[in-house]
Amino acid sequence: MTYSFQFRDVFAAWEFMLDGLVLTLELSLVTMVSGLVIGMAGAAGRVYGPSWLRAAIAVYVEVIRNTPLIVQLFLIFFGLPSAGLKFDANTAAMVALSINLGAYSIEIIRAGLQAIPRSQIEAGQSLGLSGVQIFRYVVIFPALRMMFPALASQFVLLMLATSVVSQISAEDLFHMASIVQSRTFRDFEVYIIVAAAYLVLAIVFRLLFAALYQLVFARR
Amino acid sequence: MIRELGFIDILYLIAAMRWTLALTAIAFLGGGMVGLVIALLRVSPALPLRWLGGLYVHVVQGTPLLAWLFVFFFGLSIVGVEVSPWIAAAAAYSIYAGAFLGEIWRGCLQAIPKTQWEAGASLGLSLTEQMRYIIVPQALRLAIPPTVGFLVQLIKNTSLAAVIGFIELTREGQLTTAVTFRPFTVYLIVAALYFALCFPLTQVSRRLERRLHVAR
Repeated sequence: MTYSFQFRDVFAAWEFMLDGLVLTLELSLVTMVSGLVIGMAGAAGRVYGPSWLRAAIAVYVEVIRNTPLIVQLFLIFFGLPSAGLKFDANTAAMVALSINLGAYSIEIIRAGLQAIPRSQIEAGQSLGLSGVQIFRYVVIFPALRMMFPALASQFVLLMLATSVVSQISAEDLFHMASIVQSRTFRDFEVYIIVAAAYLVLAIVFRLLFAALYQLVFARR
Repeated sequence: MIRELGFIDILYLIAAMRWTLALTAIAFLGGGMVGLVIALLRVSPALPLRWLGGLYVHVVQGTPLLAWLFVFFFGLSIVGVEVSPWIAAAAAYSIYAGAFLGEIWRGCLQAIPKTQWEAGASLGLSLTEQMRYIIVPQALRLAIPPTVGFLVQLIKNTSLAAVIGFIELTREGQLTTAVTFRPFTVYLIVAALYFALCFPLTQVSRRLERRLHVAR
């Protein structure tokens, strides 16, 4: 059997795809920022906090890291409304992705914090730095530099994982692709194009992260 | 018709875990074979082969698993092959797992010092013999903890097969929700079941890794 590829109808729907792409980018960027914030605060609490806080953060990290993202999404989007918390699909997606990435970031940054030698902190104290100053200059900055590659690849995986939010009808690139598919019936063409789009995004993100590393962390 | 969420539904969910485990096993087997080839390509002495392996890893790790599932489920039917969710899922997961396992195993092979290869060569072993008797046995020990760790990722990601109608734990959860209309309870149970599968493996992986560091 022969099959003739027809990309024309699919390309004609480029405006749909572009809308989806914008939301995918928005979701990725917002989640990366909130995930990093949760990661830094959580890792600090996990390492330096009182024992009840350390235990609570450990439970959060283990629960999120050992359950699938799609189940977390379903729980937040379909489950929480019965507990009185209702989100629209895009917000639910953002919340679920942030909670998910936060757990992974905590674990990565925690490893960075624990790799800072105790003597470094003592050196900071003997220079008369306050606790906040020590955390800011002596601890978190080198820790982030050390863990930057791990964080960056986790962020790229997160960007790819945003495709899962299409399953709660958040209007990301993947969701828009299924709309185009149902209009054109060009299944194969649509998903090949979408896969290529994600590949380009992944490459762009990796390049951006490499540039960011040069800009912020490289020794000058 | 809406009915109460009963004990029988929980039993059905637990029973659906067997399909999650079956898909994980298939994905691990298929992905393991692909991964072995990729790892060998990545450490081969020939540049084009290394390049080919690298390209494969970059493309697969740069595209969502969901896209692969859809390409195989919808895409293969255009060449006249009738695709069941089983076949589509098996193919997509083998490709996906192959890239990640290949990268993990490449790292383990390359972690063996170059002097080990040279020692083998000076004993008159051929390249394949060096690989077979010197490098692989040592790399295998390094490979076990991260491989178990990836198994956890794989179990979690089998949940995506639900979207092409593959009936496993997550899909069973969707079906149960549809008849009982208790999404919060049902998905909480589903999450707990995944946790029961993954958490012990995470702990095992962590313990193995710690033992490895002590041994060295």
